[in-house]
Amino acid sequence: MRDYEPILLRNVGVPEARTLKGYEARGGYRGIRKALGSSPEQIVEEVKKANLRGRGGAGFPAGLKWSFLPKDRTITYLCVNADESEPPTFSNRLLMENDPHQVLEGAMIAAYATRAQVAYIYMRVEFHEQFHVLQRAVDEAYAAGYLGRRLFGHDFDLQVYIHRGAGAYVCGEETGLIESIEGKRGWPRIKPPFPALEGLFRRPTVVNNVETLANLPHLIERGAAWFTSIGPPHSTGPKLFCISGPVRRPGCYEGPMTITVRDLIERPEFGGGMLPGKRVKMVLPGGVSVGVLTANELDMKMDFADPAKYGLLGLGTAAAVVVDTDTDIRLVLRNLARFYALESCGQCTQCREGTSWMYKIAARIAAGAGRRADLDILEQTARNMGMMPGLSICGLPDGATYPIETLVRKFRSELEELIGQQEPARRDAVLQTVN
Amino acid sequence: MAWPTIDRNQPAGDSGAAPLLSEAVREKIRSFFARYETKRAALLPALHIVQDALGHVPPQAMVEVAEVLDIAPAAVLDTASFYTHFWTHPKGAQVIVVCRGLTCEVLGGNAVLEELKRLLGIDEHGTSADGRYSLVTEDCLAGCDHGPCLLIGEKLHRRVRPEDVARILADPDNGRLAYERSTLFDAPSSAPGEPGAGNGTGGVHEKGSG
Repeated sequence: MRDYEPILLRNVGVPEARTLKGYEARGGYRGIRKALGSSPEQIVEEVKKANLRGRGGAGFPAGLKWSFLPKDRTITYLCVNADESEPPTFSNRLLMENDPHQVLEGAMIAAYATRAQVAYIYMRVEFHEQFHVLQRAVDEAYAAGYLGRRLFGHDFDLQVYIHRGAGAYVCGEETGLIESIEGKRGWPRIKPPFPALEGLFRRPTVVNNVETLANLPHLIERGAAWFTSIGPPHSTGPKLFCISGPVRRPGCYEGPMTITVRDLIERPEFGGGMLPGKRVKMVLPGGVSVGVLTANELDMKMDFADPAKYGLLGLGTAAAVVVDTDTDIRLVLRNLARFYALESCGQCTQCREGTSWMYKIAARIAAGAGRRADLDILEQTARNMGMMPGLSICGLPDGATYPIETLVRKFRSELEELIGQQEPARRDAVLQTVN
Repeated sequence: MAWPTIDRNQPAGDSGAAPLLSEAVREKIRSFFARYETKRAALLPALHIVQDALGHVPPQAMVEVAEVLDIAPAAVLDTASFYTHFWTHPKGAQVIVVCRGLTCEVLGGNAVLEELKRLLGIDEHGTSADGRYSLVTEDCLAGCDHGPCLLIGEKLHRRVRPEDVARILADPDNGRLAYERSTLFDAPSSAPGEPGAGNGTGGVHEKGSG
């Protein structure tokens, strides 16, 4: 990828690009100006033609999502999903702290295409610097007349408000996010109705991820043909990839969706290889919720199609964390199980109870008191609580089960061996405390 | 979060108690009404403002927020109790949020957490005896490129090793951002009882609510 010219990250490391003037001097706000020369319907068509798939995790085509809005609507809302809470994902953070106007321009184009009059940027509360940077950009855009009424001399009004979250992973689920903006607990809604028909304040609503929106200025300026020239047909356009863990260059990098997990770890322009003395044990390549790969599965392509071949949920957020051979996989299991047990919203019984039990079992295994039967229980629980059987309100239990199920299945012999090596006295002591 | 308990002998929002929220705080909350179709949608902003003013959101403040938003106090508690960021009990002057996401754990974050506990003499959810720090954890702060990381006030501390912890705790600016702040979700500066976190020097730019 050494010949790949970054598009989404072109302003990273250019501090003046944080200002409206600096952003514009580097070619910013050309996409929205061009978009305003077409009808909203033409923009939707162009985005459909480009096959821009949502970057937030589910990969749903953005143009198609927009086209579900009812024709006869009056009020439409755009929600920008900046809740980025999927471990270990930080690409939205990077976009917002380095290039806030690119996010705003993307939101403007999406708002124009969907005829939304108000856009709420839902940002997780732990993003402090990012909030201040983005709020400043919003203020600047209002002051310059780029937000408010009759933007760029067109019949296009747009208000943008940042809405800060308060610490809840499930608010990244689009209907949980909507509930949270409405001032409620972030409990995802039963669908249908989908937000396009009945979303925020029961109005037609579109929820798009920050990275999805950041693509729009470039897509509109350069056209759908340019966009589809990058990557394979099912995975078009530039993509951000995160790599973290014991690698030489942890970070967020950009490329086409032709690279493999191995490229992301090893190539000098990406992760740059493992730290000295460290070896790959497993990789969770798409955020933790997609599941785990073994060191023999690193040829998986970071696109929307390949992960399923490895038993994974999907590309997810395209953020990979490498676990090295010095790390006890029982601690990895416990870490993953704890996350979902704490973040399950509690509405669906199987998710609330299932994630809690998986955590209790994983914690017991990590404490040195596992039983072989626990591995079967973990797998069975994981197979029975997701959206895939069709009984959950949102996708959180799927995200909870894929990492547990794939880890237990792909590393079963190692887990069995560790359980076999447990010290009986310690095991009995731990069991005393939990029973 | 711990479930808030209300002392039956001191009912929340009893008529004798002086209001916790100043008129300036209430006005600031009302300034968010224009952004949303319902007053209730201003609840998260309201809770952020109240927590900035009081350091936490005690039950009586929830009753008063309910008044301002014209909703039931139970609706405020229902929302506030769902989110980990709103605290019903007093916290230290600064809250330390240690990331224990998978990347930070793989990179040795647990040792950093243990060193913090040792130096502060507290466990998770505790507050140090001098009232300076409270300690909590979060599963992933989205700072994985700089793991292990932790947040103090508004500042993200990156690539923290156990041996860095003492120095970080001793730094009086450890919760302060170098970047110019927006005061949009802060309590109005005249509000009584504003916590020491009022680090909004200079960068006041409150425009932009359309």
